Amino acid sequence: MGLKTFPGGVHSHDNKGYSRNAAIETMPLPPKVYVHLSQHIGAPAKPVVKVGEEVLTGQLIAEPGGFVSIPMHAPITGKVSRIDSFAHPAGTTGTVIEITGNGEDNWVELTDDQNYENLPADEMKKRIAGAGICGMGGAGFPTHVKLSPPADKPIDTVILNGVECEPYLTADYRVILEQTDDVIKGLKLLMKIVGAKQGIIGIEANKPDCIKKMRQALAKEKNIRVDALKLKYPQGAEKQLIYACTKRKVPNKGGLPMAVGVVVQNVGTAVAVYEAIRYQKPLIERVITVSGKIVKNPKNLKARIGTLYSELLEYCGGTTEDVYKVISGGPMMGFAISTLDTPMTKGSSGLLLFNKKEAEKDREYTCLRCGLCVEVCPMNIAPSLIVSGVRYNDWEQAEKYGVMDCMKCGSCAYICPAQIKLIQWIDIGKLEVGKRMRNRQQSAKA
Amino acid sequence: MIGAIIILGALGLLYGLGLAVASKKFHVEIDPKIEAITEALPSANCGACGYPGCAAYAEAIVMHNEELNKCAPGGAAVVKEIAAIMGKEAVAADKKVAVIKCQSGGKNNTIFRYEYQGVTTCKAAILINNGPNLCSWGCLGYNDCASACKFDAISIDENGMRIIDKEKCTGCVACAKACPRNLIEIVSAKKRVHILCSSHDKGAESRKVCGNKTACIGCSMCVKKCPKAAIEMKDNLAVLNYDLCIMCGICADVCPTGAIFDPLKEIRAKKRAEAKLKAEAAAKAAEEK
Repeated sequence: MGLKTFPGGVHSHDNKGYSRNAAIETMPLPPKVYVHLSQHIGAPAKPVVKVGEEVLTGQLIAEPGGFVSIPMHAPITGKVSRIDSFAHPAGTTGTVIEITGNGEDNWVELTDDQNYENLPADEMKKRIAGAGICGMGGAGFPTHVKLSPPADKPIDTVILNGVECEPYLTADYRVILEQTDDVIKGLKLLMKIVGAKQGIIGIEANKPDCIKKMRQALAKEKNIRVDALKLKYPQGAEKQLIYACTKRKVPNKGGLPMAVGVVVQNVGTAVAVYEAIRYQKPLIERVITVSGKIVKNPKNLKARIGTLYSELLEYCGGTTEDVYKVISGGPMMGFAISTLDTPMTKGSSGLLLFNKKEAEKDREYTCLRCGLCVEVCPMNIAPSLIVSGVRYNDWEQAEKYGVMDCMKCGSCAYICPAQIKLIQWIDIGKLEVGKRMRNRQQSAKA
Repeated sequence: MIGAIIILGALGLLYGLGLAVASKKFHVEIDPKIEAITEALPSANCGACGYPGCAAYAEAIVMHNEELNKCAPGGAAVVKEIAAIMGKEAVAADKKVAVIKCQSGGKNNTIFRYEYQGVTTCKAAILINNGPNLCSWGCLGYNDCASACKFDAISIDENGMRIIDKEKCTGCVACAKACPRNLIEIVSAKKRVHILCSSHDKGAESRKVCGNKTACIGCSMCVKKCPKAAIEMKDNLAVLNYDLCIMCGICADVCPTGAIFDPLKEIRAKKRAEAKLKAEAAAKAAEEK
């Protein structure tokens, strides 16, 4: 039987060997953490602490700025030393709350709710929102919002995303392997919250040990199954994963998974959800992969949110060669950052370092019209035509060929023989076309 | 053979007649003035007038009483022509030119934070970590302004700096719209003193990050010395109100970093030195007497 998958996509080297066998290590407490107020999609959080205030680990330091927003908690014990602008792993800058630690790790009181499985759905959602959980796969959409679909969109399936199709990253792999039970408990809670009858855990075929272990753990569960998926990028993209597991197609033009009765969550998020509902533990740490050919000891680290990348790298023994390029996240969809003094956020899944030979780019050549980008595009849009539209300021063309449907997976740029930086062009197009669409909506209202 | 000729001939005749009838019946009356004005306009279709092209502007003049002096590339000559066609009087608008308010930005006088290998336009570069320049306000140097210019008025010198040719520039705003950092201001061509920095960073920071050390450091010297109170400090940056400026050049003299540009700075300095010498000589002569 062939493995389940989706149409399009590319076959990239998975390069997971560097860190695959490194068990999750807990990183020692950093001397300082920098907690960004905007680690998620939606309104930034609003600080509720002042400079000079003492905080305990897990104490609320910023409250949500709206419904589509999450609160932030102190990752270490210490004193708030600064609230200022700082580098963000998405390659921008944003406001951070800097906490200088006092070397201790005194938590706010956590409770162990034995009856956690039987709580009403609203209470569970409240605990998730209170713990400040957002999607931990990278995009960072607030989890409680994803779990609150409108009444006319019933959800029958929860899919856990354990695909981790990005090369190099092994954080989710280690979580599935080492926290199997927590993942399953989290999935059951998620199913209960949205009232789903079936749960699916999607895992790529390059992790046979995960699939085996998960299937053993789930031997007695009738309504949860594990789907082994073909090794292909972007197998872990939300819509592609839904199609591979259920053969349901989420419509383009802004369609959401809830339109086909599905909610997708990352495996790391499932663990955080379990801990939030049972212990009311806020999300202040996550597993992050530090990898690359030039990293001395590639590792999977459980580190506090707000730890500087430079400290993670130092803990991994530094690099063996000069660093030429640093990527926050995976190599396909992550962001190149210009300084290692950037703090990790709730969505940071990886820190990758490359030498000059690996990362140097040639110039762009003229489009050959070979059509490879169209062939590999998992969203079924025409990247080459979008790019030519953006290049010559023909925004109607860019919009017509689906610039807003692009999820920036990077398959087209990976495959392009002319080395055209399609994603960057599409980024420009998204900004401009988005502006035009908003203007149109406003003038339609007026 | 003969049959074919007859059939094709008949078809040709039929269609010809059809076209002739249609052209008479569906004839649209176009105001000849519109055509004449379109003809008089420079056909650059630059959009400086605020209309999508020259024809649209011509139509607006005739149909909606639009002002006659909106064509920046045409200048006084075109205004005169349009006025003659419309039978109205019109005064040509002030000639305006673009000024790039940054003296850094060339590849030889910018400090880079990282090596940028992406798409070579300013719009793309600014998406990656807010551009490779250390200064987060300055010119990126990927020539979006020059490629937007329809009059070939922006060139690049050997240091990679953008130079605006004041003769060719028509003040059509295309470059100002293309610049993602909003560095380009359109000002009257008569004004010659400009503050060529757009950094709102604090003084020490802007001095550190500027490639050729010509950043405005927000010291307020120019604000204090300006006789017309034309300069205002806005968020660590001196901003010149061109309406009040009399181009005396005092601000350029007192500016410690050279952020203020005055083409006559040296001539004025020379004149002042001469005047000083003269005064000293006169004083000496008076003393001797």
